Amino acid sequence: MSDRTDLLLAIADDELILGWRNSEWTGIAPFLEEDVAFSSIAQNEIGHARALYELAAAELGTTADELAFDREPGEYRSAPLVELRRLEWARTIARHWLYETADEIRLDALKASDDPDIAGLAAKMDREETYHRMHAEMWVDRLLATDEGRTRLIEAIDELWPYALGVLDDELRPELVARAQEKLGRTLPDVEPVPRGAHEAELGELWEEMTMVRRSAPAGAQW
Amino acid sequence: MVTADEVWQALAEIPDPEIPVISIVDLGVVKGIEVTDEKVDVEFTPTFMGCPALDTMRLAMEARIAELGATADVHVRLDDSWSTDDITPEGREKLRAAGFAPPAPRPAEPLTLVQLERGLRCPYCGSTSTRLENLFGPTPCRSIRYCDDCRQPFEQFKTI
Repeated sequence: MSDRTDLLLAIADDELILGWRNSEWTGIAPFLEEDVAFSSIAQNEIGHARALYELAAAELGTTADELAFDREPGEYRSAPLVELRRLEWARTIARHWLYETADEIRLDALKASDDPDIAGLAAKMDREETYHRMHAEMWVDRLLATDEGRTRLIEAIDELWPYALGVLDDELRPELVARAQEKLGRTLPDVEPVPRGAHEAELGELWEEMTMVRRSAPAGAQW
Repeated sequence: MVTADEVWQALAEIPDPEIPVISIVDLGVVKGIEVTDEKVDVEFTPTFMGCPALDTMRLAMEARIAELGATADVHVRLDDSWSTDDITPEGREKLRAAGFAPPAPRPAEPLTLVQLERGLRCPYCGSTSTRLENLFGPTPCRSIRYCDDCRQPFEQFKTI
């Protein structure tokens, strides 16, 4: 597999799995606006995953659906940050903001790619991600504005920080540290990143649920 | 033999599957039509990438072109070639008349929350005392706003 395909799959897997996690708020978010927001963000992320899988599939001679659903859990290249199941609001916001901040840095690098397909797709994704970032920043500001919100958010960010570092390659990490520290006005712990491929057990559960329908249907079924 | 103009006219009759007051040509997602022999090449660019209406639009274009006696080859572009700035003036007016605030122009710099929180015109009463209620709405392309004058919630097409 080429480095290009490996990169496309890593990003596609991040977007698919996070999209799935975000969709878990559909129907149960703390209030209706957030139910709508996380459902919409999930839809966008899964749309991005599909486009990225299509680019990878063209190179591998397969299809986007096969890449999304027919691999074993251990074959996904997602960052453990997106695999974590977090049914608590401050942690959801912490993950959302950490991921979107890292994703912006990654997209900026991809938009400058020599590969026109990758640069074009990254520019398109970034238009939609702008709304995700505004939403995440709005929530971070809202939580930082009260003592309880700040305490809960900082605790969640400290816990998730090694995972956030694992979303990016070595050369892009310093930018994430700089942006996160600037926004929070504090120094984040100097820790080892949780690397891509070190899957959390939670991915297995998600995979079981996500692929259940496809695995139960005859091979070659059209959706 | 079908001409490109006839294809444009035919596609202009296809409504947007989610906002049927405007056509897919009003929406600006048809980037180009080229007719060669009996084949019609259509350059199509998605609005939002996760939009479930995209496949519906592609199938509708193929069916409409088949009715003209030609075979369609719809090429989907996955790049930054669509903006809400591409919605035609007629399309914007149809949106407004149906209660959707048309999108604000795409700014040169990345969009900010401050820009979106500015009072844009209510499509019902024309007041600019409106506010952003939610960045996200019932479909990926819409935000929810509220008019403090006529007290009507309304949807706005997100600027992309």
